[in-house]
Amino acid sequence: MDVEAARMLGAGLAAIGAGLAALGVGNVFAKYLEGALRNPGAADGQQGRLFIGFAAAELLGLLAFVVAMILVFVA
Amino acid sequence: MYQFTIEPLFGSAGWQLAGYNIAFTNSALWMLITAVLLWMFMIGGMKRELVPGRWQMAVESFTGFIDGMLEANIGKAGRKYLPYIFSLFMFILFANLLGLMPFGVVGIHPFTFTSHFTVTGVLALMSFSIVLIVGFAKHGLKFFTLFVPHGTPWPMIPVIFPIELVSFLVRPFSLALRLFVAMMAGHLLLKVLSSFVIDGGNAGLVWGGVVALPAFVLMVGISALEILVAGIQAYVFALLSSLYIADAENLH
Repeated sequence: MDVEAARMLGAGLAAIGAGLAALGVGNVFAKYLEGALRNPGAADGQQGRLFIGFAAAELLGLLAFVVAMILVFVA
Repeated sequence: MYQFTIEPLFGSAGWQLAGYNIAFTNSALWMLITAVLLWMFMIGGMKRELVPGRWQMAVESFTGFIDGMLEANIGKAGRKYLPYIFSLFMFILFANLLGLMPFGVVGIHPFTFTSHFTVTGVLALMSFSIVLIVGFAKHGLKFFTLFVPHGTPWPMIPVIFPIELVSFLVRPFSLALRLFVAMMAGHLLLKVLSSFVIDGGNAGLVWGGVVALPAFVLMVGISALEILVAGIQAYVFALLSSLYIADAENLH
């Protein structure tokens, strides 16, 4: 396999990371909604933590995207 | 890609600063436009009328939102960071939204400067320097106890300390990267979908129906999602900045 093909394959494999981050982000919001429906009174106070969890999960997907971009355009 | 290219508008010939060219680019132009729009938005709502109109209510809801966020995350001491966090939030929000505006229809191509790592990197470094300055000014060398959480058993300290230190030092990088990649990925996605629409539409009726039409419907949905992302990313940037400042202010 030449380097060019390996780079493109690597970039495609990095896209799996973006998909897995989607699972993570979905999980964050799903659990929040689950908790919010059980105790709606406490829901508003936890919105900040919701977005912290969202940001942390999303960052990992974005890192996968950056890896793909670096493989395609920089490496 | 054309929408991400930085072009000097004027001043590319003689403007030098420490050997570097400081031409007025389209990036700088859109930063200026964002700042002017933000200034106009704030001036319109800062008349302090006894019975607030719609505009004043809009401005006050934004300031109240950020004020509440700082109160919840930092506490009473968070009040003095309100100007910084509020400007940061509004600047990023306006920039993100302005970059999504369909001005290209009339020939003015918006430039989303938050989709460039240099810009978001400087914004993140500003937040990080505030954290460092506040932390060291307020706590001195005790600031380093931030890297050893309360109740850590002493044999664990040599392990925990480097991990916490690295996670602290990575913060400005992750803060900048999140905003930059989220904005760039969104614009790339819209670009790819719009090329589906245009190429599919040009390829005839069959491909137009099979590819272009669903892609167009998806593009409308993704555009709505991008507006949501523009708001969320501005909020997340401000939220994380305030959390990092809370670390420096309260030291756990």
